[in-house]
Amino acid sequence: MSLKHDIEFTLNGVKRRATVPVDMSALNMLREVIGLTGTKYGCGEGECGACTILVDGLSLNACLMFAVDCQGRELVTIEGLAADAKADALRAAFVEHGAVQCGYCTPGMVMQASHLLATHPHADAETIKRGIEGNLCRCTGYKKIVDAIAAAGSADPQGAAP
Amino acid sequence: MNVREKKVRFIAPDTLIGKRIQKMDAPEKASGKTRYIHDIDLPGQLYGKILRSTRVHALIKSIDTSAAKALPGVHAVITAADIVNQRPIGVAKDHLPLKTDKVRSLRDEVAAVAAESEQIAMEALQLIKVEYEDLPILTDPAEAIKPGAVLVHPEPHRPDGEEHLKPVGPVAFTGKSDNIAMRFDYCHGDVVKAEADSDVVVEDTFKLHYVTHCCLGVSGMIAEFDASGHLLMYSNTQVPFLHKREFAEYLNMDPGQIRIIQPAIGGGFGSKLDIYPFEVICVFLARAAKRPVKLVFTREEEFISSPTRQPVLLTLRSGCKKDGSLTFRQVHTLHDNGAYTSWGATTPFVMMQTFSSLYRVPNCDYHTIAVYTNNPYAGSFRGYGNLQATFAVEAHMDKMAEAIGMNPLDFRLKNAQDEGEISGQGMDFKSCRFKECLTIAAERSDFRRKHADNIKNRKAPGPIKRGIGIASMLHVGGGAKIYPSDGCGTILKLDDFAQVTLITGASEIGQGSETVLSQLVCEELGLPMSALTVVNNDTAITPWDVGVHASRTTFIAGNSALGAARLAKVKILSAAAKKFECPAGDLDLRGGCVIKAESGEVLTDLPRLMRNMHFQDKAELVMTTFYYEPPSSHQDKDYKGNVSAAYAWGTQVVEIELDTETGIVKMTKVTAAHDVGRVLNRLGIEGQVEGGVVMGQGYALTESLIVEDGVTRNPNFRDYKLVTAPEIPEMDIAFIESMDGEGPQGAKGVGEAPAICVAAATANAIYNATGVRICGLPFTPERVYRALHGKGEKLFLERPGNSA
Repeated sequence: MSLKHDIEFTLNGVKRRATVPVDMSALNMLREVIGLTGTKYGCGEGECGACTILVDGLSLNACLMFAVDCQGRELVTIEGLAADAKADALRAAFVEHGAVQCGYCTPGMVMQASHLLATHPHADAETIKRGIEGNLCRCTGYKKIVDAIAAAGSADPQGAAP
Repeated sequence: MNVREKKVRFIAPDTLIGKRIQKMDAPEKASGKTRYIHDIDLPGQLYGKILRSTRVHALIKSIDTSAAKALPGVHAVITAADIVNQRPIGVAKDHLPLKTDKVRSLRDEVAAVAAESEQIAMEALQLIKVEYEDLPILTDPAEAIKPGAVLVHPEPHRPDGEEHLKPVGPVAFTGKSDNIAMRFDYCHGDVVKAEADSDVVVEDTFKLHYVTHCCLGVSGMIAEFDASGHLLMYSNTQVPFLHKREFAEYLNMDPGQIRIIQPAIGGGFGSKLDIYPFEVICVFLARAAKRPVKLVFTREEEFISSPTRQPVLLTLRSGCKKDGSLTFRQVHTLHDNGAYTSWGATTPFVMMQTFSSLYRVPNCDYHTIAVYTNNPYAGSFRGYGNLQATFAVEAHMDKMAEAIGMNPLDFRLKNAQDEGEISGQGMDFKSCRFKECLTIAAERSDFRRKHADNIKNRKAPGPIKRGIGIASMLHVGGGAKIYPSDGCGTILKLDDFAQVTLITGASEIGQGSETVLSQLVCEELGLPMSALTVVNNDTAITPWDVGVHASRTTFIAGNSALGAARLAKVKILSAAAKKFECPAGDLDLRGGCVIKAESGEVLTDLPRLMRNMHFQDKAELVMTTFYYEPPSSHQDKDYKGNVSAAYAWGTQVVEIELDTETGIVKMTKVTAAHDVGRVLNRLGIEGQVEGGVVMGQGYALTESLIVEDGVTRNPNFRDYKLVTAPEIPEMDIAFIESMDGEGPQGAKGVGEAPAICVAAATANAIYNATGVRICGLPFTPERVYRALHGKGEKLFLERPGNSA
């Protein structure tokens, strides 16, 4: 039995507690302890980006973060973004531009795109491609994902963070 | 009745065909709400894990599971000895899910555990002690056919060391005195005579490597038995109805007791076309533990134990006349089958089509030997052997064109198949705009000028060379009659509000089938996409379909859906004709209403008509069924016959920049022209082509599953290089609409087509840039650099005939 820790953090705007084993990843905590399955396991070693979440406003791979390190931090997952009206344009752009096929990489892509547009509101195609370099997609060939993010970016003249 | 209602309303004609239709499942997927197998947990569920061999080829001397069984939280530990009457699986029935006395590759399943958590299951695996005795290993397919080679399946497999299972399988299960898993021999014409008549003859050996599907969603399933002993599987399969039948056979169950539900699937690409040991083992665990068992791979496991694309060593000999007409092709291939036989061994079905029929070849001779080794085994993968065959064919098209001093485009145009031709293999090209694919891709990419300029600039100063290469492909586009039936069933129902439920056998694996099928139905019934609900993932509900393979779903399931919609339309219009006292032929459905066909004048809205039909003395509901079987035929024993109801064509032009100092090849642009019959969903078809091109780019430049001495050296995304967003080329895609007479609204299949000729065109672009022909893949900097500096690998295939 591994040692467990009680932690407290903010998840999608709501303060909450969790009891997690010390060796558990934030990804497994989200999926197995908390039951939010929008954050996906793709590789477990930070190579595919399917588990991208925002932690204190920065995007990172939840599989590489220990759950205990969430203590005192602010986490946003795809479920948090789904409840966020400001992210509607981004999600709508993914749908409208055909950026979704099997959809398994999509939550991670949307999270990374949301972070990218928060920091680079008017990102051009090259910046977007660099911005999603760490997110693998096997279906789309990326073009429509880039198109979607570009459209969502330019669609928001204020460049406000979603 | 008020005045407004009396106002006559007209609806102008409109169509959904060719429009950019949003994927119906995209909003859920983009919100993270879609549930994949990984996201589903059942009450009381246990977690399954598999212990795999640590040896490439060895005898299993003993397995001790006592410590694992004693671990708290462990509900079942199974080995082959625990399974009575284990039956072999796979294309050649040469593969027992749990290995008995021998392991034949590193991925082999030795034992399995079901426990209360994944952690406990992993811990239990570490407590299982297996004693092996190493055997000599066979990992070079060329060695496999030599006399005295190590044999991979020398004796019958026993289920548990007892005699009670009689060998029943047709191939290796009964044991084999050699390593030959399968042979394919095809011939039309006389290649010996044709070679004598040729002005130019070229020969090369090509080496096609291991790549793997890399579905972002790893493999997994959940198996559960109900109180009556009926089995429910939550499965990622692409072929649920074939699996239902096969699982029944392997588990000695009545097929009626097996139900398969497919949650959303995180990528398929052919990987989910066979039954794999993990699926059968998951069922064994559920049976042993009497609880639902969920078994999901890690990414490392996915790389090591999923099937690969078929690796091939291939010698091609081709000839032509001075006027540019092809005379013959002679092909010998050696397929590394790996330790067990899955669909990879049968890729010759597709490969020989490309050799015999992509271009007009009057004489063709084709031979494949698939041999057992202790390597990973290959399955089906988008393109199914066609990437390998096209790579060789298109290299020779360039080589022969150069030898006779003809432009490579003109050489191809001279030999390209035309509409109405029947190929030497018996394929009937009813719709074929191949020549338009060639000319349009060439024109849009300025191929002629760039090709000539690049040759001139080969000797120019500076390390960066530009290259342009052209390649084409032929693939089935109207199903493929491989199984006894190539059909698909549809059930359609309209409710009192004219909401339509489309119940189809066709599986959605991310490719967009549910959207395109809905579009065809809505087009027929004059309804918006919002009027459709699709049910497509439960064998207890949906009618039979052979599965998602062979680029067949739009064509076959599309025709099936269309058939059901047409029957519904007839029913609706005849009811309307009665109501409005006019011939049904004067009426049509448009914008959710019954209209006068000529003027577009609205007579009634459809929901009202549906209720009229329902709530009357002679009450009726609109419910229709349709089963579509394509008018294709099975190949005869010589592999001849019109196996598909339609064929897809395409040409791709690849442009590269090659750094001669580093060997780095950058793909800058791909111009693609595909004869797709007709564009149904423009958004969807663009996505298929773009995704396919980038998958082809990975095959050409970056992806390689490195297998050394039977060991997969790079089972992770860090070292197995998928293409990432910054590397993708500019893509210019043209669709050529040949309006296939049999296709739904004229459409043909396109799923596999775009991945097929990228590598072949890239090889030609490298040659165009440098004058160096590289016959092995992928074009990594090291391989390219070595080739440019005279240190390229020497490829040689000893023809089996010569060695015997």
